[in-house]
Amino acid sequence: MNNIPRFQVIDRRAALDAGQPSVLKLPNDADPMTLAGELAGVERIELHFPHFTDGRAYSQAYLLRRRLRFTGDLRATGDVQVDQLLQMARTGFSSAVLNDGLNPTEAARHLEQFSGFYQRDLIVDSLPLAAARALEPGSRSD
Amino acid sequence: MYRYTDFDKAFVKSRAAQFRDQLERWQCGQLREEDFRPLRLQNGWYVQRHAPMLRVAVPYGELSSAQLRVLARIAREYDDPASDVYRCAVEAQAKLGSTHLPTHTAHFTTRTNVQFNWIPLDKAADVMDLLASVDMHGIQTSGNCIRNISCDERAGVAVDEIADPRPFAELMRQWTTLHPEFAYLPRKFKIAVTGATEDRAATDWHDVGLRLVRNSSGDLGFRVSVGGGMGRTPMIATVLREFLPWNQIMNYIEAVVRVYNRYGRRDNKYKARIKILVKAEGQRYIADVEQEFRQIVELDGAPHTITQAELDRVTSAFVPPETVAEATGISQADAPAVSDRFARWMRRNVAPHREPALRIVTLSFKRLGHAPGDASAEQLERLADLADRFSGGEARVTHSQNIVLPWVPASKLFALWEAASALGLASTNIGLMTDIIACPGGDFCALANARSIPVAQALAERYQDIDELDDIGDIDVHISGCINSCGHHHSGHIGVLGVDKDGKEWYQITLGGADGSQASGTAQPGKVIGPSFSAAEVPDAIEAILGTYRDLREHQEQGRYERFIETLRRVGLDPFKAAANGARNKDEVLA
Repeated sequence: MNNIPRFQVIDRRAALDAGQPSVLKLPNDADPMTLAGELAGVERIELHFPHFTDGRAYSQAYLLRRRLRFTGDLRATGDVQVDQLLQMARTGFSSAVLNDGLNPTEAARHLEQFSGFYQRDLIVDSLPLAAARALEPGSRSD
Repeated sequence: MYRYTDFDKAFVKSRAAQFRDQLERWQCGQLREEDFRPLRLQNGWYVQRHAPMLRVAVPYGELSSAQLRVLARIAREYDDPASDVYRCAVEAQAKLGSTHLPTHTAHFTTRTNVQFNWIPLDKAADVMDLLASVDMHGIQTSGNCIRNISCDERAGVAVDEIADPRPFAELMRQWTTLHPEFAYLPRKFKIAVTGATEDRAATDWHDVGLRLVRNSSGDLGFRVSVGGGMGRTPMIATVLREFLPWNQIMNYIEAVVRVYNRYGRRDNKYKARIKILVKAEGQRYIADVEQEFRQIVELDGAPHTITQAELDRVTSAFVPPETVAEATGISQADAPAVSDRFARWMRRNVAPHREPALRIVTLSFKRLGHAPGDASAEQLERLADLADRFSGGEARVTHSQNIVLPWVPASKLFALWEAASALGLASTNIGLMTDIIACPGGDFCALANARSIPVAQALAERYQDIDELDDIGDIDVHISGCINSCGHHHSGHIGVLGVDKDGKEWYQITLGGADGSQASGTAQPGKVIGPSFSAAEVPDAIEAILGTYRDLREHQEQGRYERFIETLRRVGLDPFKAAANGARNKDEVLA
């Protein structure tokens, strides 16, 4: 899992201007498991938040990263606010397109409010010592 | 009780700092009200009828005396509305007939949390810092996420315990806390866990109910039930596993919650609880959960398997107080019954303990002049003193809104009784007619259709004779101010539900509900006995119902009478219905 790109926060206008490499857009009621075997050549999958309180895309992200081993860019679109970026980064998203009017630079600090968590995230290089102590030693496979 | 690690402490402080940042961005307009609302809810902050309300998490109900003192300080210094806020509230409630709205008070809830009704939002971040100083917080006490996990008030000390559920509850607390995938579920999600043969946690009424059991080989595991809940569609949970090995419980709960997160309804909040998914999908939901569980185990590598070392680590963090070591091995007879009142208290409020020299004592927070489960700042201070003097510094909130002292040496029972009596906390009504469960209702809650507290008070006033209470015997009376059922009316032997008809307060009465305890029978919702009653009619109707019980009850073995619920189950609803209907047509207004 370590070859996944680091989390990027993207201005909405920049996202609109970007070219469209091999991008797959998945509605948030779709079953990502139907994509099994079809992800070759896909560089980015976009998962949509119709409203930030609709959390289905977090489970989609988990399944894409963990179950289907997708290693391309996993992008959050729709109602993306700074207070949910941390949850996105922790469930396997690698980029997020911020709502209009929000500042990507300012947003970055919201990714660093905790020194560790009780759950092991999908993308972690090294956990702080204190957090590692709270986890189940030796029982995780990733 | 559980001793916080440095990581736990740092985590709670980070959460308090994050909330302060969110509050400040909301205050200066950077965060819109509708975007702030779900964030404040997940930290326990509601905005209610008159003022904000804070719900503080009390994991599995355990409180230390140090925590009680901080709760007392919050009650004294922060549960203090601005004079104009309080004046408006009193004027509004006076129109309904309420004469008193307590301030500087904490409230124990049916999910063993603590609520405050008057803290101004601009003090919210300071209060969260204060709570964090004693390892407390409001994380996930509201919002559409996995809520605080409730447990058996006798966990770890009960004589009927198969295994202590608290280490598992703590592992679940850690795993559910700020779980990134499950922060925005379709609706709230409540887990209850118990390790005893008696279900004191109403597990079958929860989204997930867990009971520690042993299989025929003697191995420890969980009976897992899913999809219970109250609200407008009361539902008893469906058993998904009669036995799941204990080390798989987090993998299994992940499967349960992931399937719910993906397929639970989000188009209608009244149909968004997991119980609706379980009912609508039936066997297909169960098959989906089992398939997801297999994949978590086989494809993901069972990442949340609890190792023995991890269970041991968490178990060792539950340090029994020194009173246990002092008392171990000494069998202690109960204190002599020096007075009738003390003897009653010994019978009603004192239970045996797994250590023969200790007892479990329930302090009653059902007193005349106080809402069920309310404790003033002063009472919280005194309660902390009692916990220190008599219970190794620990107290527990019960789901029936009382307080348990779990580690009381039998040799100190008389001294405790005297001290508790002086504080008005030694009422011998535990499990009786006046041990009423009630939500805050229309005096505080923005959702309520009618007030709960005045109904509880009217019943308490009518049943002050302790001999009469003893004669009526064990009975669960539960009152909710609206269909959201925070007062658990569905599970009451007698349930009272506030409804709004033409802008007036009316009350439906239900009979025969059960929380799933052995005395009450299998968990089930009560049945409505007819059209609603006016507030003034409710005490008369209940008196008539209880009179019918006393007329119809039969003698059981050892000279005891049938309990109310036993008579009701034997003879059916009709005589009770007829009696209640005979008590209609009063038009006095309930104060």
